[in-house]
Amino acid sequence: MSKVLDNLKYAPTHEWARVEGEFAYIGITDYAQDSLGAIVYVEGGDVGDSVSQFEEFGAVESVKAASDLLSPLSGTIVEINEEVIDEPELINQDPYTHWLIKIEMSDKSEIDNLLDAVSYQKMAK
Amino acid sequence: MKKTILYDEHVRLGGKMVEFAGYLLPIEYTGIALEHQAVRDQCGVFDVSHMGEIEISGKDAIAFINYLFTNDVASVEAKRMVYGLMLYPHGGVVDDMMVYKYNNHHLLLVVNAGNKDKDLAWILDHQQAYDVEVVDRSGYYSQLALQGPKAEGILQSLTKYPLHNLRSLTFDHLTMLNHDFLVSRSGYTGADGFEIYGANAHIFELFQLFSRLPEITLCGLGCRDTLRFEASMPLYGHEIDETINPLEAGLNFAVKLDKSFIGSEVLVAAQASGLKRKVVALELIERGIARHGYEVEADGQLIGHVTTGYMIPNTTKSYAFALIASEYAALGTIVGIRIRKNLVKAKVRNKRLLEKKYVR
Repeated sequence: MSKVLDNLKYAPTHEWARVEGEFAYIGITDYAQDSLGAIVYVEGGDVGDSVSQFEEFGAVESVKAASDLLSPLSGTIVEINEEVIDEPELINQDPYTHWLIKIEMSDKSEIDNLLDAVSYQKMAK
Repeated sequence: MKKTILYDEHVRLGGKMVEFAGYLLPIEYTGIALEHQAVRDQCGVFDVSHMGEIEISGKDAIAFINYLFTNDVASVEAKRMVYGLMLYPHGGVVDDMMVYKYNNHHLLLVVNAGNKDKDLAWILDHQQAYDVEVVDRSGYYSQLALQGPKAEGILQSLTKYPLHNLRSLTFDHLTMLNHDFLVSRSGYTGADGFEIYGANAHIFELFQLFSRLPEITLCGLGCRDTLRFEASMPLYGHEIDETINPLEAGLNFAVKLDKSFIGSEVLVAAQASGLKRKVVALELIERGIARHGYEVEADGQLIGHVTTGYMIPNTTKSYAFALIASEYAALGTIVGIRIRKNLVKAKVRNKRLLEKKYVR
């Protein structure tokens, strides 16, 4: 079974969000990295881009295929994790430490639309 | 869904099984990048039993195949292989294939699994005027590809046949494990290596032996595609299909326009009037990976599409093949590839993505 963390919120499309005040870090789940296999490329938009809940903001790619990334929450990108852009395989090693983007949320009530760890784990089996 | 004779072995050995051309085959075992590198540096084995084998025999065998086939089989010595294509009268491709020439009265065609039934029907539709017998041998043969710089040494340990004498694109029958195999020095990876055909049970035995040798990496379809891409070899449904002719695909070396074959008139005319589109190699000069079907643009217009694209495993080099309007096909031309919302810059480059090391 794939790993989940209790302190995160999850989108059904296998992205996670870690909320810290007005900000949220966004990444992909253990289930997502495992299904994709070795990740060789990450694209997460640019600082200043706005993202909308459950809409595309970038992609992660394995050798074989590209997979769209949907943002769990709406807001504006304030930081890109350059470390995973340079070394995408870090996501395979630890998908919960290696976030992709940090956003400033525009509507915190959207958090209620996300799954908690227990519900997500039931789904991602 | 069909299974090759090795299906249970793939599952037992941890292959990740997917559907391909109607068969369940492993896409990877330990990972595409690792398997890709094993073939470049060491040795990998592939189950390619899904490939179709069609035997043509009889006194008109050469005349018949030369009528259906773009390349010239008549001028080639016995026990050599010839790459070429069968075309529709309009110049589009029925299939590409290897013809194994035993002699002037006996040929073996090795064709794509997904096209085999169509190929067989096409061949039978045209055989009336020729004294030939056509037999589908696909059920009899299974096939392994042993690829990589260490392939010769490994295979040599199993046979008395002097493999060094078997040069690139030649074949012979030889004995391993007390069984007869057809072995050619060839492959679809750009590496030195062998393609090995045998009765299903014999291939099963050989694969079991290969799978126990630590110097052989088990390989799946995933790296088969990255390897053939890096070696600039076309794949039916991508660089060639019924709408793309072989000159557009840049396969001129396999098209002999000084002889007459189905489709040759259209190709001669197309050559004379100038090709409108060409398959080119692109090197991405901004970040991104081009995938099959992505649009290619220049001067604000759609000029074609990507036929195959990858970031070469274990590198950051991102390349693509694309079928584009000929006016943009010159080396060094800058075009854009539409990757999601971005237009990513790419440069037309030569197709030698890899330095091949064949044994001539």
